[in-house]
Amino acid sequence: MSMSRQPMASRHALPVKQLLLTLLAWSVAFVIFFPILWMVLTGFKTETAAIADPSFIFSPTLESYQAVQARSGYARFAINSVAVAFGSTLLALLIAIPSAYAMAFLPTKRTKGTLLWMLSTKMLPPVGVLVPIYLIFRDVGLLDTRTGLILVYTLMNLPIVVWMLYTFFKDMPKDILEAGRMDGASTFQEVWYLLLPLTLPGIASTGLLSVILSWNEAFWSLNLTSSKAAPLTAYIASFSSPEGLFWAKLSAASTMAIAPILILGWMTQKQMVRGLTFGAVK
Amino acid sequence: MTRTRASGRQVGGLRALSLQAPAVTLLLLWMLIPLGMTLWFSLQRYNLLMPGMTGFAGFENYEYLLTDPALWVAMGNTLLLVGWVLAITVVGGTLLAVLFQQEFPGRGIARVLAISPFFVMPTVSALVWKNMMMHPGSGVLAWLFQSLGLPAIDWFSNFPLTSIVIIVSWQWLPFALLILLTALQSLDEDQVEAARMDGAGPLAIFFFITLPHLKRAISVVIMIEMIFLLTIFAEIFVTTSGGPGLATTNLAYLIYIRALLDFDVGVASAGGVVAIILANIVAIFLVRMVARNLEE
Repeated sequence: MSMSRQPMASRHALPVKQLLLTLLAWSVAFVIFFPILWMVLTGFKTETAAIADPSFIFSPTLESYQAVQARSGYARFAINSVAVAFGSTLLALLIAIPSAYAMAFLPTKRTKGTLLWMLSTKMLPPVGVLVPIYLIFRDVGLLDTRTGLILVYTLMNLPIVVWMLYTFFKDMPKDILEAGRMDGASTFQEVWYLLLPLTLPGIASTGLLSVILSWNEAFWSLNLTSSKAAPLTAYIASFSSPEGLFWAKLSAASTMAIAPILILGWMTQKQMVRGLTFGAVK
Repeated sequence: MTRTRASGRQVGGLRALSLQAPAVTLLLLWMLIPLGMTLWFSLQRYNLLMPGMTGFAGFENYEYLLTDPALWVAMGNTLLLVGWVLAITVVGGTLLAVLFQQEFPGRGIARVLAISPFFVMPTVSALVWKNMMMHPGSGVLAWLFQSLGLPAIDWFSNFPLTSIVIIVSWQWLPFALLILLTALQSLDEDQVEAARMDGAGPLAIFFFITLPHLKRAISVVIMIEMIFLLTIFAEIFVTTSGGPGLATTNLAYLIYIRALLDFDVGVASAGGVVAIILANIVAIFLVRMVARNLEE
């Protein structure tokens, strides 16, 4: 990517300047990334090596990874995270697709207002409604259940999902859908056979953003789950009690918890910007 | 196109309404029920530990909350936290965006590394910083300070709020960088080139071309960060639990203490109302800006 522009050499006539720039940029990137790198490395150390003087040289071991699974049943929390993140994303897409379709292809005078109102619900701070949600969940038996968390995350991400789908649908050429309608396709057929296949990349990146946000969410998961339905965010929080040597295990568990999302995040940077700023920055 | 639409407008409107109904209804319920309950509870005497004591409290909870010194400490901490993190991430993010916009070998990879912390879940970043970076005995920072002949710092005992600011900034600096870097991509290169031809130095280009171009993106970053930073919770929960004393208790954490540790639903709800009002002041501006963007 960096080599695509040819006039680079001529513009930066001074190689020293170019060298300094490269050095500076890479140092900054390294410093910012360092805690993650260090965490990954510590996960492969023994607990004794983890608290010894910092060193990049050590004999790597998988014992922390094994210990994390053996002692705390890591897989259980990972399964909760997967179920909650994907469950809420699927549900949000299911509810949002018809809505975004209507906004993009059957706009009325109210459409803009509806979109903005949906956004404004996202501005409600979770802590402002913690008490009622907690009490409702307690009374209907949704506390510490995956269903409860899926519901909360679906509603939490619904505005962003509708918004992103709307922008992707709007970019689609209208003629194709018109043609389908001329041929007598019903709304469902139009959406299922024409719209969805054609906007699949957009739907996929919307889904990924929703998965990332749900996976990393740590307010509701800490307050609404305890043991049965706790996802990885809550599981990692259990390492906050200071008991003995646990850095290597914390690192191993953390590495497994963030790796999939880090990779997804790298892949969807561009769409993230679009979704997180509600299209205000493109 | 308008003619074919006009005949079916009524039908179309109805169809649009029914297609949007699930999303709108759910969000309406999600907003109105808890909001209504928070407001209602905030006017009630309601403590889960004292089931006998119930009834209308009027503004008692607000009175109690507003005369509680803890609230003002928490408000102060909230503002300090938001203010410092905003200053660090916006200034830092702008500078880093300009840096990573330059061309250098491996730029793509360096960028990916620099935005990575944003994808790390808050509980992980807080615990990694607390233990492996900032630990006074075996942390990387302690080792670094000692190698430079400086005394190691016990971050969370001596500078608790600063420690939280550092952790939260580390998470949100990449966010600012990501957004501003994207915004820089639409900067007119010819304009920069022309200014350079006219003899403008890098500083002049930054202040008179780059910064004005980034103005809108920067305000978006500020508003979005504010909404999230006002209610920072997990980072405090796993590192300091609001302490020592109230040193790192922000508004969100105070409400959590009142609600789920003291079980005082009434006072916690009054705190919730305060948080909602604060967030809405910011939200109004953000929604307006997005609305303006929608018209273009």
